[in-house]
Amino acid sequence: MVLTINGIKHEVDADAGASLLSVLRDDLDITGSKYGCGEGACGACTVLVNGSAIRSCITPVSNVAGKEITTIEGLEKNGKLHPVQEAFLKSDAFQCTYCTSGMIMSSVSLLMKNPKPTDADIVAAMNGNICRCGTYPRIIKAIKLAAESQNK
Amino acid sequence: MSETVLAELPEEKKQSGFSRRSFLKAFGKGLVVVIVAKDLFSREALAANSSSAAIPENQVGAWIHILEDGTVKVFTGKVEVGQNIRTSLSQAVAEELHVPLSSVTMIMGDTGLVPFDAGTFGSRSTPQMGPQLRRAAATARLALIDMAAKNWNADPKSLQASQGMVINPGTNKKIGYGELTKGQQLLLPLSNDVQLAPANEWKVLGKTALKINGNSFVTGKHQFVSDMKVPDMLYGKVLRPPTYLSKLISADIGNAQAIPGVTVVRDGDFIGLVATNPRIAEKAIQMIQAQWDTIGTQPSRTEIFDHLVKNSNSGRGAANDLEQALASAETRLKNTFHVNYIAHVPLEPRAALARWDDGKLTVWTGTQRPFGVRTDLSRTFNVAEDNVRVIMPDTGSAYGGKHSGEAALEAARLARAVKKPVKLVWTRQEEFMWAYFRPAGVIEVDSGIGKDGNIVAWKFHNYNSGPAAVNTQYAISNQENTYIPSKTPFKQGSYRGLASTANVFARESHIGDIIRLLKKDQLEFRLKNLNDERLKAVLQAAAKAFGWNNNIQSQGRGYGIACGFDKGDYVATCAEIAINDKKEIKVIRLTEAFECGAIVNPGQLENQVMGAMIMGLGGALFEAIDFAGGKILNDRLSLYRVPRFEDVPKIDIVMLNRDDLPSAGAGEAAIIGVAPAIRNAILDATGIGLTTLPLLPGSGFSI
Repeated sequence: MVLTINGIKHEVDADAGASLLSVLRDDLDITGSKYGCGEGACGACTVLVNGSAIRSCITPVSNVAGKEITTIEGLEKNGKLHPVQEAFLKSDAFQCTYCTSGMIMSSVSLLMKNPKPTDADIVAAMNGNICRCGTYPRIIKAIKLAAESQNK
Repeated sequence: MSETVLAELPEEKKQSGFSRRSFLKAFGKGLVVVIVAKDLFSREALAANSSSAAIPENQVGAWIHILEDGTVKVFTGKVEVGQNIRTSLSQAVAEELHVPLSSVTMIMGDTGLVPFDAGTFGSRSTPQMGPQLRRAAATARLALIDMAAKNWNADPKSLQASQGMVINPGTNKKIGYGELTKGQQLLLPLSNDVQLAPANEWKVLGKTALKINGNSFVTGKHQFVSDMKVPDMLYGKVLRPPTYLSKLISADIGNAQAIPGVTVVRDGDFIGLVATNPRIAEKAIQMIQAQWDTIGTQPSRTEIFDHLVKNSNSGRGAANDLEQALASAETRLKNTFHVNYIAHVPLEPRAALARWDDGKLTVWTGTQRPFGVRTDLSRTFNVAEDNVRVIMPDTGSAYGGKHSGEAALEAARLARAVKKPVKLVWTRQEEFMWAYFRPAGVIEVDSGIGKDGNIVAWKFHNYNSGPAAVNTQYAISNQENTYIPSKTPFKQGSYRGLASTANVFARESHIGDIIRLLKKDQLEFRLKNLNDERLKAVLQAAAKAFGWNNNIQSQGRGYGIACGFDKGDYVATCAEIAINDKKEIKVIRLTEAFECGAIVNPGQLENQVMGAMIMGLGGALFEAIDFAGGKILNDRLSLYRVPRFEDVPKIDIVMLNRDDLPSAGAGEAAIIGVAPAIRNAILDATGIGLTTLPLLPGSGFSI
C-alpha cells in the first residue's frame, strides 16, 4: 500500500492491521512519533491525518492509506519551524521531551480547528496527551503564544 | 609539556586504564583539565616523564577539553533525564571559563568517553558536579591568562578573559583560547583554592538559559534509544512469566521458531527471541506455548500493610522514658498511615540496543547509572569492564526509576546468542510489571501533648518506605524517629524524593491533627515549634503568597499547610480544596515556596518545582499499584491514572534565592509538601483526617 507522509509517497509492505506508529517507526525509520502506551492513552504517538490528530499506535495502517499523514518531521518547512514548535522552544515547554512530538501535533490540530482557544478549550483538547514530567502549564502557555503569533 | 593534575574526589574505588599518556591520546590537541585527587599526582609531579601510572577511576571527576577551535567539551558521567543538568552544568562551565554558553558541549554518560560516576540521583549533580566543573573551568581560565601573559610578556593580573578570548585592555591585543593552545597538549594542575565567582556576581549562572539542543527535540530529530537503528539490527522480545510467582515448567517454541526471520533463544529459564521486525517479534513471542507453575503466595494490596509490619526487622521497643512520656502526657494522639506502592511511569519505557564486536560489548540504554550497568554487564557476561561500553543518550525520563539496566542485560543476552545487534524496547505493561516501585509503607506516629500545647513526646516508625526525611525538625525534647526495613514482595527502589514523600506526609498530617486538636492555626503552630530559620522562611513566603491569613472559613472550602526539608531543599506548600454536596473534592490551588541556596537557573528551577508538584498530585490523590495473586492488576495507562492537564490546579511558585548559600540540587524535594497540604485542607473542610496515600482513589481499585 502507499502511504503519503509529509507530502511524500511511501510504498509500504505491511499487514493491514499493523499500527501506523509501528510502520512509521520500524518500517520507514520516521521515529519522531513515540511509543508510550500502545493503547492510545498517552498521546505520544499523535500524528495528523487529513489535519486531524489521531493516535497512531491504535490506528491500523490500512485506515490511512490514501490520506495525508503529517508527522512532527513534516512541520518544519524550508528550515523554518512551525509557530507551535517555535512557541514550545520559547516557552521551554518540556523537560525530558519524550511527549513533545505528540504534544506539538495535538496542539497544531487544536489551533487549526480553534485559532483562539481558551484555557478550558486547551485543557479539553489536550487532555489525551500525558506529560509525566508535569510541564502542562508551560504547554498551555506555548499554545497561547503560538495562537497569538498565528493570528497576527 | 605535561603537568600534573590535582583535585576533587569522587567516591567509589575502581581501577581504570587511563594514564596521562592515554589522556593525551584520547583528547588530541588542546588543553584538558582533569579533576584528579591531589595525593596521586603529587607523586607524579615529581616524576615528570612518567606517563604509565594509572589514574584510579575513583579519582577522576570530570574533564574539560578546550579545543583548538576554541570550543569547549565537558565530559561527565552524569546523565540527562529531563532534569536539564545538561544546560545548568554547561552554564557552570561557561560562567568560570568566560566563554559563550553556546560554545560549550557536554558529553554525558558514555562510559567509553567520560570518567566514572556513581550515578545521577540524590540531587547531587548541582551541589557536587557543579562545583567540580566550576573549579576546573576557573583553573583553565587562569592558565589561559598565564599563557597569554607569557606570550605578550605582560602581567597576568592586567589581563582579562571574556567570551573565549584573553584581552589586554592596555594594548587592545586579543587572542582566542583555541589559538593559545594550538599545537599543544596540556594537562592542567587544578588548584583547590581557585576562586569561584560568588553567586551575587554571576553572569551566566543564576540566569534562565533555555534547554540546550531544544531544536532537536521539537523537530523529532533527537534519537532516544527506542528510536535507534544500526545495520543488521534485529528486534528482541523476552518471554515473561504471567505472575511474580510463576516458575517455568516447559515451553514449546516450535510455532514461534517456525516464523520466517525469527530465532528463539533459550538459556535455562530465560526464553527470548529476535525477529527482523518488532511486529513479527511480538506475534512470535505470543506463539510460545509455556506451562507455568505457581510457587508460593503474595499478599494483595489490601493485605500489604499488615504484611509489611508483620515481616519487619523490628524487635526494638521505644526507650522506656519515651514510653513513659507518651503514657503520661496530657493528651495522646496516635495515627497509622498507609502509603501504597506507586510506579514511576517514565513516558519512554526501558529500551536497549546491544551490539557485540569481537567480544566487546556496546549497549545504548536509558539508565541513571551507566557505569553501574557496565559493571552488571561485565559480571553477567564475564567480560572485562574495559570491553563494555554503555552509552546513555538523553532519555525520556526516569524519576529514580531507571537505576537498573534490565533491558540492557536482555538485549546483550540476545545479541550474543544470535551474533547480531539487538534492540529491545519494553512495552508499557513490562515497564509496570518488571521494573520496580516506590516502596509502600506503614507509618505509626505516637505523640504526647503537654498541658501547654507543646509536643512533649514523639515516636515515629516507618515500616519499609525508607529513612529519607524520617527525622523531624519540630522542637520536641523526647523523640524517636526510626526506619524499619521489611520484606517487600515486590522490587522497590528509588523514586523522586524517595521515602520523604511518605515521611513528610505522615509527619505533617499528624501535626495537622495535633493543631486541630489544640484549635491552633496551622501556620502559627509551625512557626512556633520549628527552630530552622530557612524552614520558617519558606513557610512565611508560601503563606504570604497564598494569602493564608485572608482565608475565611467558608462552607465547602478547606485550607492546609505542610512543610519539610530534604536533600538541601526547604519546602512549604499551601493548598485550597473545594468539597461539594456529593463529597467530591477538587484541588483549587497550590502555592509552594522553595529554597535551595543560590539558584543556578531560575527557569529550570521553576520547571522542576512545577513538575514535581504535578507529579506529586498523582501520588497524593489517585496513584497506586493494585495487585493480587502475584500480578499487577493495573499495568497499563488506561488503568493506572497519572496526572493530566485537567488535574492541574492553579499553581503559584515562590522561589527564594539565597545567593549567600551553596546551590543544592532541586529535582526532587518540591514533591514532598503536596500530599500533606491537600490532606490538611481536607481535614480543615471536613474534620476528617485521612491516613492513606492516595487520598482519593475513587473507583481505582478492583479489590
